[in-house]
Amino acid sequence: MTTPAGTGVVEIADLVVRYGSAVALDGVSLSAGRGEMVALLGPNGAGKSTLADTLSGILTPASGTVEVGGRLAHIPEGRQLFPDLSVEDNLRLGGWRSRRRDPAQVYELLPQLAAIRRRLAGVLSGGEQQMVAFGRALMSRPDVLVVDELSLGLAPIVTRDLARHLTQLNAEHGLTVLLIEQNARLAFDVCERAYVLEAGRIVAEGPCAELAESPRVARAYLGGSIEETRK
Amino acid sequence: MRELLTYVVNGLAVGCGFALIAAGLVAVHRVTGVVNFAQGMFAVVAGLSASWLLGTGLPHGLSEGAAVLVAAVAGLLTGLLAIGRRGTTPQSALIVTLGVGVLAYAVEIVVWGDQPRSFPGLPGSVSVAGVGVQSQHLLVIAATAVTFALLTTFFGRTYLGKALTACASNPYAARVIGIDVTRMGLLAFVLGGLLGGVAGVLVTPLRPISFDTDVTLIVNGFAAAVFGSLGRAGLALVGALLLGLAESLAAGYGYAAYQLEIALGLMLVIMVVQSTRRTSVLEEPA
Repeated sequence: MTTPAGTGVVEIADLVVRYGSAVALDGVSLSAGRGEMVALLGPNGAGKSTLADTLSGILTPASGTVEVGGRLAHIPEGRQLFPDLSVEDNLRLGGWRSRRRDPAQVYELLPQLAAIRRRLAGVLSGGEQQMVAFGRALMSRPDVLVVDELSLGLAPIVTRDLARHLTQLNAEHGLTVLLIEQNARLAFDVCERAYVLEAGRIVAEGPCAELAESPRVARAYLGGSIEETRK
Repeated sequence: MRELLTYVVNGLAVGCGFALIAAGLVAVHRVTGVVNFAQGMFAVVAGLSASWLLGTGLPHGLSEGAAVLVAAVAGLLTGLLAIGRRGTTPQSALIVTLGVGVLAYAVEIVVWGDQPRSFPGLPGSVSVAGVGVQSQHLLVIAATAVTFALLTTFFGRTYLGKALTACASNPYAARVIGIDVTRMGLLAFVLGGLLGGVAGVLVTPLRPISFDTDVTLIVNGFAAAVFGSLGRAGLALVGALLLGLAESLAAGYGYAAYQLEIALGLMLVIMVVQSTRRTSVLEEPA
């Protein structure tokens, strides 16, 4: 199931991305409607981060089209902060595209960042760093947020807290979210629809509830059926 | 004692010139990861330009200012050649800067000839602790202090300076948030050109400059920059002042012919010491 043609805020069609002669994405098509939360699942090396880098303009497609209706922000895998700069400087630089330098609104949304504003980003815990990466992305006032591995290396309680912020932003501000995850349970809990990417190709897509019932998806990403994994 | 004080002031002034070269190397390396071996050329271009402009009748101040701008343009051109093409590695760019330095010899000889040039600096002298110190020496020291203060403020306080630091710290993340890393690298090369240019116009009245003076300048500047692990301008300043003092004292006490050897020897010692420390030059983040 995809959004009707032309109505998605993110529309990717027949996307091919290569690293030299190696094909990282091979004819990928994906869409996300305005205010929708969509997950992209897949194992390591499937091409998920390549897709995120292509969406944010870091990589150039070999062929295919990428259309984004609005401002896109990207929380990259591994947080990717500027460790030598303070939390506040990291946030302010997040407003580079939007020319927005005052992080007051981000502090309102994520008050815990105000308390650590003067600390160097490099000395923070993984959860705090992910929160800074989250805040930095919000500084550009995005219409679309691409989150690459939200849960990577974080304690479940921290992941749940971040996911709660994400769903709140989606509900209150109509933010479109593309959640790139290996943690299928988290993705299915948070998102309405999902795509499964393997070896550079979309191999399954649909509503999360349906995908969770698919024996192939449950076996590969949930270690059995979704009911079993929730036990 | 009077002699010693004179040598110390001379050494500090010369060291300040090296410090400005080192600061340019640090600025470019911090942002791009490239060791810019054309950095000494910027000082030569500025010194020769200022000398020529003064010869045409342009007044002091204007000539030096224009010469510094010429050096900044040389910095931009070097940057375009070194990192302008996407995907150029810092190692390849280093080789390009070496090539640019050699190519510059030909251009400088065609434009200004191969004879050393100089021009009068700030006239007169000032008495410090009963010793007459050339005003130009004090100007060099004061101008370097102001330049380093401005540089520290620029990188530490301004949004653009923070963006440059971000490019050095994590180029991928800088691209993710929309910073054009190549453009920032070019800006660093322009900054390197400006710093080299300031060094050139300050040092030329003290030491006549010719097309191949860049070798002395880059050897000393690189030694000082290595002292600061190619990333810390403050430590590079300390290294440059120590080098200037060592060379001035050696020259004062009869070893003037060995100044370059002293610089090279100190550079080797510093590099060996740095490489054995945990955060060696190679491990230091760009």
